[in-house]
Formats: sequence, C-alpha cells, structure tokens
Amino acid sequence: MSKRRIVLGIVTAIAGLAAVGIVAANPVHHAEVHTQSWSFNGFFGSFDQEQLKRGHVIYKDVCAGCHAMSLLAYRDLQDIGYTEDEVKAFAAEVQVEDGPNDAGEMFERPGRPSDFFKAPFPNEQAARAGNNGALPPDLSLMAKARAGAGFLGHDGADYLFSLMTMYKDPPAGVTIPEGMYYNEAFKGHQIAMPPPLSDSEEASLDQQAQDISVFLTWAAEGNLEERHRTGIKAILFLVIFTLLAYATKRKVWANVH
Amino acid sequence: MAAPVFKNPVIRWIDHRLPIFSYLHHEAYEYPTPKNLNYWWNFGSLAGFMLIVMIVTGLILAMQYTPHVDYAFNSVERIMRDVNWGWLLRYLHMNGASMFFIVVYIHIFRGLYFGSYKAPRELLWQLGVLIYLLMMATAFLGYVLPWGQMSFWGATVITNLFSAIPVIGDDIVTLLWGGFSVDNPTLNRMFVLHFLLPFVILAVVVVHIMALHRFGSSNPLGIDTKGPQDTIPFHPYYTVKDMFGLGIFMMFYAFWVFWAPNALGDPVNYELANPLSTPEHIVPEWYYLPFYAILRSIPDKLIGVLAMGASIIVLFFLPWLDRSPVRAGTYRPVFKWFFWILVFDCVILMFCGKYAPEAYWMPFTFEIVDADTFTARVADLRGIAHDQALNAVGEMWGVNAASGDFGIKIVRLGQLGTIYYFAYFLIVLPLLSIFETPRQVPLSISKPVLGGGKSVAHATAKSMEKA
Amino acid sequence: MADTTHGGSASGTRRDFINLLVNTTAVFGAAAVAWPMVSSLNPSQDVLALASTEVDISQIEVGQAITVKWRGKPVFIRHRTPEEIKTAEGVDINTLRDPQPDDQRVEKPEWLIVVGVCTHLGCVPQGQKPSEPRGQFGGWFCPCHGSEYDTSGRIRRGPAPTNLEVPLYTFESDTLVKIG
Repeated sequence: MSKRRIVLGIVTAIAGLAAVGIVAANPVHHAEVHTQSWSFNGFFGSFDQEQLKRGHVIYKDVCAGCHAMSLLAYRDLQDIGYTEDEVKAFAAEVQVEDGPNDAGEMFERPGRPSDFFKAPFPNEQAARAGNNGALPPDLSLMAKARAGAGFLGHDGADYLFSLMTMYKDPPAGVTIPEGMYYNEAFKGHQIAMPPPLSDSEEASLDQQAQDISVFLTWAAEGNLEERHRTGIKAILFLVIFTLLAYATKRKVWANVH
Repeated sequence: MAAPVFKNPVIRWIDHRLPIFSYLHHEAYEYPTPKNLNYWWNFGSLAGFMLIVMIVTGLILAMQYTPHVDYAFNSVERIMRDVNWGWLLRYLHMNGASMFFIVVYIHIFRGLYFGSYKAPRELLWQLGVLIYLLMMATAFLGYVLPWGQMSFWGATVITNLFSAIPVIGDDIVTLLWGGFSVDNPTLNRMFVLHFLLPFVILAVVVVHIMALHRFGSSNPLGIDTKGPQDTIPFHPYYTVKDMFGLGIFMMFYAFWVFWAPNALGDPVNYELANPLSTPEHIVPEWYYLPFYAILRSIPDKLIGVLAMGASIIVLFFLPWLDRSPVRAGTYRPVFKWFFWILVFDCVILMFCGKYAPEAYWMPFTFEIVDADTFTARVADLRGIAHDQALNAVGEMWGVNAASGDFGIKIVRLGQLGTIYYFAYFLIVLPLLSIFETPRQVPLSISKPVLGGGKSVAHATAKSMEKA
Repeated sequence: MADTTHGGSASGTRRDFINLLVNTTAVFGAAAVAWPMVSSLNPSQDVLALASTEVDISQIEVGQAITVKWRGKPVFIRHRTPEEIKTAEGVDINTLRDPQPDDQRVEKPEWLIVVGVCTHLGCVPQGQKPSEPRGQFGGWFCPCHGSEYDTSGRIRRGPAPTNLEVPLYTFESDTLVKIG
C-alpha cells in the first residue's frame, strides 16, 4: 500500500468518525448538568455494591413512597449483594394483591422475591391525586431516559445527581407558584417534587445524591458489568481472529502483489 | 470452466441430482474476480453479513416480544433483564441496524465514486436502491416496536406525511393506522411487516448478486477485465480478504454493543409511549437525518414529501444522468471534487436533520443555539430591544461576523444542502458527462502480454480507454 | 480450477497451519455467538423465579386434599388418613407395573405430594374433591382413558405406564412445604 493510500485511508476514517461524532454529539445544552466521574464508566466500569445498597435504602425509604419501579423484582436485589434471606425479608415487608381465591375474591399476601416492586399507587389517577396533580414517574429506566443524546452526551446519572443537588432559591424576579420548587437542573426550572434529600449525620447530600444516582443507573442497566466483561472477551477474541485473518490474507495474496 | 470432481461420494450423489454444490463452486469458489479490488469492495459482503445477523437476532427477539401496546415496552424490558443473554441480543439488533446502514452507505458511496452504476450494471445498481428503500422501511417499522415515546411519535409523524397527498391523503392515513391515531392495530401490522420485509430484502439481495454475477464485479480502475490474467478465483483470495475485513468491522460493532449501546439512539425512547405528551424534539434515527433535513427544508408539506422521495428516486436514474464513458472517479479530476463535496453535503444534511430548524449554528464557536437565545445575544450585542433584534436577525443569519454572533439558521443550511444534493445528480453529473476531460485510463488491469499477469498496472496506456 | 496458490512445501505447510488456526477460531467464534442465542430460549430469570412454590399446609385436614399450581402444572397435596397410609404401605411391590415402595414416594407418610398429570397422555386425574371418583384403589381416577392410581399415587390399572411423578419438595417447617 502506497503512503498516499494510507494517508487517504486515515483521512477518510477520521472524516467518517467526525461525521459520526457530529451526528452523535450534542452541543446543545438545555439545563445545567454537572458531570461526575462514575465507577461504572470506562471499558472496565463496574458498580460498587456497597454504594448500590446505600442507594437502594434511599430509594426504599425516600423515593418509593411516590415513585414506582415496576420493572424490578425483589429477586433482582441479589445482584447488589443481598443474601437470599435479606431479599425475602425485603419482599415480605410489603403486602401484594393476589387472587382471585376459590371464593372469587382478591386478597393480600406478603411479597415474595418473584414479585415486582410494589407500586405506591394503583394507577396514574391515584398517583396524581396524591401529588397535587403531578405524576411521579416510574424510575425503572429513568437513568437511561435522562442520558444526554449521543456519544458524548452526559450520563443519566449526571442529570439525576444534578437534579438532587440543584434545588435553590429562585433568582430575583422569578416567582414560583405554590407547591412548586425551583431547581436549576430541571427543564423549565420548576419542579413539583420537593427536595427529597438533605444533609444528614450519616451522609452528606452529595453522597446521598451519588448513591441514588448510581442505584438508579443499576436499576436501568443491571447488565452493565456483564456487558463490559463479555465485551472484553469479545474484543480479545476478535483481535486474535483479525490478526490471524490478516496473516492468512497476506500469505494467500503474496504472489499476486 | 469444467465441472469440479468432488471427492466425497455423498456430495457427488446429491450434486448429480441437484447440482447445488457445482453451482456454489462456480459462483463462490472459483468465480473469477478482478484481482485489483481494494478494501472499498469489502462492504458488499459486510452488508450481506449484517443482513444475516439482523435476521437471526430478530428471529430470536421475536420469540420473546409481544406486539401489543400494553405489553410491548415491558416485553422488551423483560428481554433486557430476564431473558438469558437477552440484553446482548437486543443490543446486537439495535446497534446492528446502525451498522447495517453505515456499511450500506459506504457501499453506496463506493458505487457513486467508482461508477459501478454505469452500463452494463444499471439494473444491479437499481436493485441496490430497491434494497436500500426496503431497509429504510424495515428500520422505520422496527423502531416503532419497543413502543417508546420516539417509537410512537416517530410513527405518528411519518404516517402523517401521507396526509400530504391531495384528496385521499387523510383516508390513506386512517387506513395505515387502522384507527384514528397510531394505536394497537398500527403496532400489530407494523410488527408483521417488520418481520416480513427482511426476507423480501433477502430475495432482492439474491437477485442483486445474480445481476452482479452476470458481468462480474467492477474494479477500482473502472475498466473491463480482458481475460484470466486480470482475474483471480474468489476463493481463497476474496474469502480471506473478506474475513479480515469482517474482523475489523466486528471490532467496530463490538465497541458500540458493549460500551456505547445507547449512544446512537434517542434516550427519550426509554419512556413509555404517551399519546398525550409530545417530546420536545422528534428526531428520527441518524440514518434518516439527511432525508429529514430535505423534508424540512421545504415549507410546503406536499412538496417537502415529494422532495424527500425524489432524493432517493433520483438514484434510480443515475446511470442515465451520468453518461461519462469513464467509470472510476480516479480518472475524473473535476468529478472527484464534486463527489467529495457531495459526501460532505450529506454529512451537513445529517447535521441539519438532527437539530431544530429554527436554531442557529454558530460556525465560529461550533455551538447550536436556539432561536430565542440567538436573538437575545444579538439584542445584547447591539444594545437593542428583543423585538427589534428579531427583525435584525432576519431569516438567514445573524450579522456582525466580527463580534462572533454570526449564525446560520439550520433550516437555511439544510436548504443549501438540499440544493447541492439535487444539483449534483441533475445538473453536475449530466454536464460533466459532456464537458469533463478525463485522465487517461489504463489499457488493462494486468500488464498486457509482456511481463505476465502478476501485478496491477499503474502505468497509463498510450490510447484512452473507452469503456 | 485456477490453481496458482501453492508455494513451496515449507510455506505451504505454514499456510495450511495458519489456515487451520483461522478456521478453528472462526468455528469457535461462531459457537460463542450461537450459544447466547440458544441459551435465550431456555427459561428466563422471571420463569425460573417461579420455579418453586411455597405452600402453607396447616389448613388441610386429615383426609383432605388441595391442588396447587407449580410450573404451570397441578400438584396434588393429600393429607392421608392412617388407613390410606396402611393400604399404601401394604401393597406387594412386585405386583406393580412401576414398582416403588411407599416410603420412597413420601417424606412424611401423612403427606402425599404428587404432580397431578396422568402419565399416560397428560390429563388431570380426578379424586381431589370428595365428590369425584377415586377409582378402585382409593387414589385417583383419570377420566380420559381409565387409569387408576392408589393411595400412594402409583398406577394400578389402565394404560398409564408409570406412577404419578413425585416433585422435589422440602418441608421448610411443619406447616410450610416448598415444592421445586
């Protein structure tokens, strides 16, 4: 291959990547989002199980009163380091509707690991009625739904962290209606949710915000660690395969060149 | 070529009664292929590979998916969470679509540059355009299936395009929907069509290859092969080269699947479809963005739809728009410039399709700024009121380039891009056919007669080659 | 076949070796890809989570039976009477089509737990409710083709080839049994 071709090839590749980058990148900044460094980013990214447990406790104690997480089952909690008995205990804390029984009636029973997280409200209307007309969204996929679009976009966790930590007094001249709160990260800056977290003796606001953001990331993307592990294996295999294929190609083509 | 003699008696027995092995041996094993194909020729087999990947992963996913509005979203999440390796199959399928389009776009641009669409391969080219159209339909249908916000609203917007047809437009839309809005009947039929079309694509690909094998592959020099000294058997030369190309490609694919599986998609699609709430920006997947830009660059709804359609239909006529006797862009110095500008133009159009038409692109700071912010900046810089600034800003771009508030409205950029796109096919190519003086094309792929058939000739011929 | 590819014997063997390596790697790769696809067809995590069921047996009187659903199939849980136990234990194994002593089919003699699917062609045998026929041997009677099971769930008459299946179960406590 002549130098010219190599250069041309590289230029084309760069142009191609630039094209992808232009499309995938998102230089539009809507609300302010502070990017953090997260343990789950990078080629070898993973979760810290202790952090996930802390985040789970925050979800259970603070968020679950209004926010459902219906795509997760209690058995999934074994993936963040809880034992089978602890998981059974979490499940048994709630009463779950089951039935109909032989008399044709619905009844309540303690939850089991195979049950999905119990929603705080039976339907959307009840949720709105209990929250001044606002609907607390299901959090199962929130970390993926709030990711910045594109390859260079921020993580959903960055947005969630910002949301938790950017409750502020409204600036001069801005009035917030009763029942709403000013938040710099939220689109439109008015959010119906009161600040859910605050500094406490056990953990600072920042720490709690990080923990819940990571937990929500895990909830949305539980396969992350397995995905990274499998990716490493796949790339290793492909590198070997490609090198072998290249060697064979050169050998086979030797007398043609 | 004499029929090969197979050593295995079972194969011989079958082949005698159904000559499938001899056929494959002729078409894929000993098949004479130009010896000078470069790596741009790998993308056809990569496209075929991706088609198989998409069909296989799609079949397995279809076994776990439920095509009903109340279950679709959750069935996809069940695949991601509970089905063994479900996340891998889903991400392979999702990112595979993007890979498929990347490969096909490169394959198409290879054809545009090297004149692969010229006689006698016009039909081969048209079959390819047909495959591309089917791919676009398939991908659109597939994107609706997860029933996220973008699935729903993308389906609504695109099906609504048909209302642009005069008189019967609304009835057609109702027919497509099976109701008065995109709902369960729509989802069900889109699932069936999404399942069906890949097999239609497979059939057209078979015909595409049949057409290819009628005259064999073209080559980077754009001249016909003259005899066995110009060709080598497909196996082992191109099988092994395709394997190598496949390895490189799979590493690229693996990167997306394992480390950036959602980067090419829209995060909004992780929200369940809500007919009562429209997302702020309805954006199609990246591979549609150039056409979205063309659609939006024309203010009239019907003409916008026609322009979008025309941008693909024009490809069918390419062999007759470009009548230059020289195939390869290598030997067409003026054409080359226009070609690369076209490539750049398509990237610009992709860019314009992504952002709001009223936003401004600031070339000096590489920002995209929405209309309000841009007007405010102009007002600020000039010390005038916001309303006055609205007038000052105008329809095209901001003024006062020196202070950095120069911005091009995205829709204008898209219009410029659209003009060039059509000009390239309808004006530039026909004119070049008449007025361009090409470079001298080599006489043959191998050195003729003297020096044997071993090396690719770079020397120019004494007389100009007429294809 | 155009055959311009064979070099000297040494380079030929080396090329064959690399060839073999590439092909082996490709096959391995194909298998590595095929495995997740096949595996995805196996029971998923949510199905596996329902693979065992815990049943509260405290309310079942002696002589009563209940039916629970386990892995999509009915499971008969019968609280046997002393007479039923005696009859079950007293049967001569050699006369059985599918010889099995009663103590191999129960953990606690008073609780008989069997899958309620006839081993002939899959119907659900009758005999759970007092109003249903139990056949001559006091167990269950399958209305489809007349198979009769005894008080240990063993096939005694009729076309069924084997005894009613005993699922894996454990007594978590005296009142809680986990099936599966």
